[in-house]
Amino acid sequence: MDKLVNTIERLGGVNLLPVALAAVAFVLIGAPSSWVTLTVAGLAMGMMIFLMASGLSLVFGLMNVLNFGHSAFVSFGAFVAASVLAGLSGWLSGDSIMLGALALFLAVAAAMLFGLVAGWFFETVIIRPVYEDHLRQILITMGALIVAEQIILAVWGGTPMSVPRPGFLEGALIIGDVAIETYRIFAFVLGLAVYIALYAVLNGTRIGLLIRAGVESREMVEALGFRIDRLFIGVFMLGSALAAMGGAMWAGYVTLISPALGGEIMIIVFIVVIIGGLGSIEGTLLGAIMVGLVGNYVGFLAPKLALASNMILMMAILMWRPSGLRPAIK
Amino acid sequence: MSLLSISAMRTSIGQYAILHDITLEVPEGGVFVLLGRNGAGKTTTLRSIMGLWRPSPGSIRLRGQDITGLHTADIARKGIAYVPENMGIFGGRTVAENMVLATRKGQFDATRLKRVHSLFPALEQFWTKQAWSLSGGQKQMLSVARAIIEPRDLILIDEPTKGLAPAIVDAMAEAFREIAETTTILLVEQNFNFARSLGRDMAVIEDGRIAHAGRMDAFAADTGLQDRLLGLS
Repeated sequence: MDKLVNTIERLGGVNLLPVALAAVAFVLIGAPSSWVTLTVAGLAMGMMIFLMASGLSLVFGLMNVLNFGHSAFVSFGAFVAASVLAGLSGWLSGDSIMLGALALFLAVAAAMLFGLVAGWFFETVIIRPVYEDHLRQILITMGALIVAEQIILAVWGGTPMSVPRPGFLEGALIIGDVAIETYRIFAFVLGLAVYIALYAVLNGTRIGLLIRAGVESREMVEALGFRIDRLFIGVFMLGSALAAMGGAMWAGYVTLISPALGGEIMIIVFIVVIIGGLGSIEGTLLGAIMVGLVGNYVGFLAPKLALASNMILMMAILMWRPSGLRPAIK
Repeated sequence: MSLLSISAMRTSIGQYAILHDITLEVPEGGVFVLLGRNGAGKTTTLRSIMGLWRPSPGSIRLRGQDITGLHTADIARKGIAYVPENMGIFGGRTVAENMVLATRKGQFDATRLKRVHSLFPALEQFWTKQAWSLSGGQKQMLSVARAIIEPRDLILIDEPTKGLAPAIVDAMAEAFREIAETTTILLVEQNFNFARSLGRDMAVIEDGRIAHAGRMDAFAADTGLQDRLLGLS
């Protein structure tokens, strides 16, 4: 038994979970084309959830702040991006890939810029007065999420808003009898690029080292002479911008968004952060991919269990590893 | 002038007053030992100096400069290093990363690094290992090494011998003697023999107040006083 465990650890340990899950799903699903479609959909969904959850994981790990308002940035990101895309619909409907890509870039950039500014405001005005008081954090950030939903309702109205996509992201890539939506490939590649960039910053720079050390012991980083509160504002703003980016991508994925989006996403985001392990960007990616894959596989195999599948996954992982799959603190 | 002057310092944690009246003069050079029974307020004194808990009222001065109420990071940058009781090691980071975090600009001074390696050879051996994999003694060495990798005026060290094997304690005492030749150490210690072997000056805290302060050799010779303040005999 020990030999088996050691071999699994050597091969990648918990990182192999998505591969094992996909292998089991392959057997259960039977049809290879359906399996490929579901797997790509799960990976794309996982990457978008990763974008939304990564900032929360760092904020949770670094400052021990329970920010239930995090998904408000997802909602705002989605609506800001949708508005920009709607305003530039002329660029989307034409044949020019360049104009379509520029419109998409501007939409995502506007969402991220909004996330940065809103993140600064949120941290300064709402979070800072309630440091080290979890009950007040939960109450005030839940309140902020409700207020955010009402602001969206007031600005964009209660009718679900359709989100136009650039023409070059419509359609599907056909390989044999397998059809893979182009947007899903794009979402996967973008999410992967953001992960690689985050990983490089966290593991290859001094600021990254300070963030990772701060996740382990904020007090000790301060005792070594660094103002972690200033670092935290930066991390909070980055996390909010990434959540807004995830919201923008999600809007393009579902193509119809409503003000309740933030509340719906919040549970999934927290599940990902908890099963991945607090403060760990690698854990968040792993958790997000697991949630994306499980959601798609269960939705196909046992649709009635689809809603419960993420909760079951979280319970199973926490019973096995109470600190999550790859917690930052050892 | 003393290196560190603490005057009428009171510290409360929540609604509980832990330090009632701490007045202390720590001279420059050597090891100053803070003794006291469990719960007397020794750790709280170090944490208050470091700004991790806010004293109110009272004042703390380093070389005459008021550092009361400053942010912990600013106090550290004034030249005070802190080695906490739990060692404060970043377990998920390598020994090298732990050390580089303690440098101001992310780069080592070659002479100081050489000195650290000569004081604690095990750290050079495990330089690229994650800190959680070190033994208790090695973690303590790493914690102290972080405190001396940059020039400091004062190092606050909280119970460094707790749970360590006697051989490691001896090595630690040797290292502290060498460090104290260039840097003042304010040491909190329960192991009286260890404290006596290092300390030049000392004070005893009792119930959040300084109950006695003076020379270590005089205190070591007065078994009656030791018994009354520390219950040693």
